Amino acid sequence: MGTAIKSAKRSLSRFASNRFLFEELVKRDFEHKYKRTILGMAWSVLSPLLTLLVMKLVFTEFFGRTTPHYTIYLFAGNIIMAYFKEATNNGMTSMISNASVINKINVPKYLFLFSKNVSSLVNFGLTLVVFFVFCIIDHITFRVSFLMLIYPILCLVIMNLGIGMILSALYVFFRDVKYLYSVFLTLLTYVSAIFYTVDRFPESVQRLFLLNPVYVMIKYVRMIVIDGTVPSLRYHALCLLYAALFALTGAFFYKRYNRKFVYYF
Amino acid sequence: MGSVISCNDVSIRYITGDLKAIGLKEYVMRRITGNYKVREFWADKHVTFSLESGDMLGIIGTNGAGKSTLLKAISGIMEPKEGTISVNGRIAALLELASGFDGDMTVKENAYLRGAMLGYTRAFMDEMYEEIIAFAELEDFQDRPFRQLSSGMKSRLGFAICCMVDPDIIILDEVLAVGDGAFRKKSGDKMREILNSGVTGILVSHSIDQVKELCNKVLWLDKGDQIVFSSDVNKVCDAYSEYLISKTLPASSEDIDNMASEYGKRVAEEKAKKDKKETKKLEGILAKGTKNTAIEAALDIIENNAPEMLDMHEVGEWRRKNKG
Repeated sequence: MGTAIKSAKRSLSRFASNRFLFEELVKRDFEHKYKRTILGMAWSVLSPLLTLLVMKLVFTEFFGRTTPHYTIYLFAGNIIMAYFKEATNNGMTSMISNASVINKINVPKYLFLFSKNVSSLVNFGLTLVVFFVFCIIDHITFRVSFLMLIYPILCLVIMNLGIGMILSALYVFFRDVKYLYSVFLTLLTYVSAIFYTVDRFPESVQRLFLLNPVYVMIKYVRMIVIDGTVPSLRYHALCLLYAALFALTGAFFYKRYNRKFVYYF
Repeated sequence: MGSVISCNDVSIRYITGDLKAIGLKEYVMRRITGNYKVREFWADKHVTFSLESGDMLGIIGTNGAGKSTLLKAISGIMEPKEGTISVNGRIAALLELASGFDGDMTVKENAYLRGAMLGYTRAFMDEMYEEIIAFAELEDFQDRPFRQLSSGMKSRLGFAICCMVDPDIIILDEVLAVGDGAFRKKSGDKMREILNSGVTGILVSHSIDQVKELCNKVLWLDKGDQIVFSSDVNKVCDAYSEYLISKTLPASSEDIDNMASEYGKRVAEEKAKKDKKETKKLEGILAKGTKNTAIEAALDIIENNAPEMLDMHEVGEWRRKNKG
């Protein structure tokens, strides 16, 4: 235990000494994202809104009539899924797209992944603001329990980092992962109950949905915002479990393979 | 005094033909059909040397000798498969200066990013930025996107950022001097200034004269094998030059001695031959040529053998006037 704390401390102090690099990388990622776009940062807000509009038009007919606050229901699912997709996709390519640097300069490679995640998170933050504006328009009253939303978001951030680490390592070794993952993400979107509700499935199937970590996070947000209920302690444990599971697996992958990356660029 | 850099029986391996090279589908197919083979490639084999503080090591060898790979291992980018490398001190590695910059960011942003990657602090960059830009002579380009710069400008910036620190150890991969005429001299001077400041360094160069001038130790690699590590730089460099002509590797230290003296003879012979040829040429011109061509030939000879006798500026003027 003592050594674990010591090594964590060492990692932290190493991270502190790399803060300058980290800040510069975050700045670069932002610049990249919006380079030569006229609307710039506004796209972060516009694109989920457009998705929402399309979904609302298409699916209201099928699901909207029976679901209360259907727009908010859709929106919650959409922005969390979009954040998950963006963060993990960017995480996946973070090593390869910096290959030319990793090849020449001895830098801590995980910083590239972290900085990508920061820019995805800021993006998500922007959409979250719009989300709350929509809540107001939809006459949802803000409760103190809204503060608890920090918890699933934190879990999501940690989970995304972990998945990014796993994917970035795999992607260095097999470029096929990119295509496999995009297929996987499409599937995941369909099983995350973004535009439909799970009520119509039998109880046992509903429980199967909990195997999907993204769905778990989406449901948490919906429970707080739409249902006005606080998830159980067990539900919190489930969120934490997913975050820890992916973070640890990711750290393991990174630690084990990061020295080999340079041979595969 | 303890050694600053020591490589102990270092071997570095690349693997080809495995998963990455062939993709997942091909990998599964080959696994099924039993065709899956991984080929090993040892870029460096059993390299051993050590440097004391203030030493300057020149690494020589033909393309593919494993020079750059060894530098990567020493700067910590790669890990040797076998053997150990120990480094005491802060390394500044100058490997391919112009690469790894970001084309869409401005020159200033790139400078900061590169500085950050090299482990400088923000305060240090704030303090040194003006000096870096001034040294790279890019004052008028600070806010231009990096991709608009010429490749010479790019390496100038890379060089300036790397050289603004006083590292304990400096690693140079063919970047002793960059840019065009004037900057070449300036960067070369700066490099010599750093090298003369007592820094420990490693220099990879295809220029034997450079190695002779700057290094007090030399490591000769060939296809990953260590041919020799020695402090007799002149001898090894001569032997290497002889190898470039004769294409036979030395097998022992006597071989190296022989090759070096062989090369010495060859150089002397060559010089004699050249002198003879020029004399002949001059004679021929004098016999039937015009006055100007005779002067031209005479100037060539003096320039080659005793340039200090000439005022090069005047010679240039004369040549321009009598051209065509």
